[in-house]
Amino acid sequence: MNNLNVAKIQLNGSPYEISSETNLNQLLNELKIKKDKVAIEVNGEIVEKNKYPTVVLNKDDKVEIVHFIGGG
Amino acid sequence: MQDVFTIANKNYKSRLIVGTGKYKDFKQTADAVKASGADIVTVAVRRVNISDKSQPLLMDYLNPKSITYLPNTAGCYTSDEALRTLRLAREIGDWKLVKLEVLGDKKTLYPNMIETIKSAEVLVKENFKVMVYCTDDPILSKKLEDVGVSAIMPLAAPIGSGIGIQNKTNITLIKEQSAVPVIVDAGVGTASDATIAMELGCDGVLINTAIAEAKNPVLMAESMKYAVIAGRKAYKAERMRKRKYGNPSSPQEYLI
Repeated sequence: MNNLNVAKIQLNGSPYEISSETNLNQLLNELKIKKDKVAIEVNGEIVEKNKYPTVVLNKDDKVEIVHFIGGG
Repeated sequence: MQDVFTIANKNYKSRLIVGTGKYKDFKQTADAVKASGADIVTVAVRRVNISDKSQPLLMDYLNPKSITYLPNTAGCYTSDEALRTLRLAREIGDWKLVKLEVLGDKKTLYPNMIETIKSAEVLVKENFKVMVYCTDDPILSKKLEDVGVSAIMPLAAPIGSGIGIQNKTNITLIKEQSAVPVIVDAGVGTASDATIAMELGCDGVLINTAIAEAKNPVLMAESMKYAVIAGRKAYKAERMRKRKYGNPSSPQEYLI
């Protein structure tokens, strides 16, 4: 039986389960990631930080969360 | 007179820019950056590790409020990849000063200048301040300047090779013709290589592997700091002319 309250998305290349109607702010909270340290792309489009509360994720969305690491 | 180093209308104290890759851990990265005296550090953009959130973050060790982060596109082989990376970097914290690097070959890590110029054109239109890793070719460097980049960064030698400046003539030609800063990027192996770059008149040097892969990275970072200062002062002082034969340093009159 399908659980209507969860949705599977692709998060940084791996399957990830979220509750339905999760927005980007909620996703970051759940992952304990501070938004001032990352950028998010949903289905290839960069989402501005002020839009995180209004962007709700859907089934099969491809989400990329990136940050800075050491590099030359 | 103060010798100011300016990139995209912002002044920096140090002419040494350091990379933050290949270190043992973030503590060593931070210690080496401190010892180098650099005001600017390059950083890479990568996926957050979702499965292990306990991992420390670079930003916990190097505060982007006190040191300038220069996001790079290392690992990008096409213009599209590079543009995507830098647009994401800008979104992280409104970074506009970026390092563009589009590679053409996995073995030599030589830049793909066709994709590099294409990317630079788009980035300049999008109001990025672009510092560009490029070949040591005076014609392509001029093209980059015409496109409107903020700094030209010709390689001394392939990335991570540590063999120093291979074509001093080209680096000198590029410096002479450029109105924007010229920063030697990639291929420096030890302090004297950095000094030579500065003696040629370059405005700065970007170093990562030579520091990170030294047995004592923090000590090498400090040595690079002084190497860049020494080379810059030597350039400003304008060196003596070269002679074929000896020339005594003590007076020849009143010899006993």
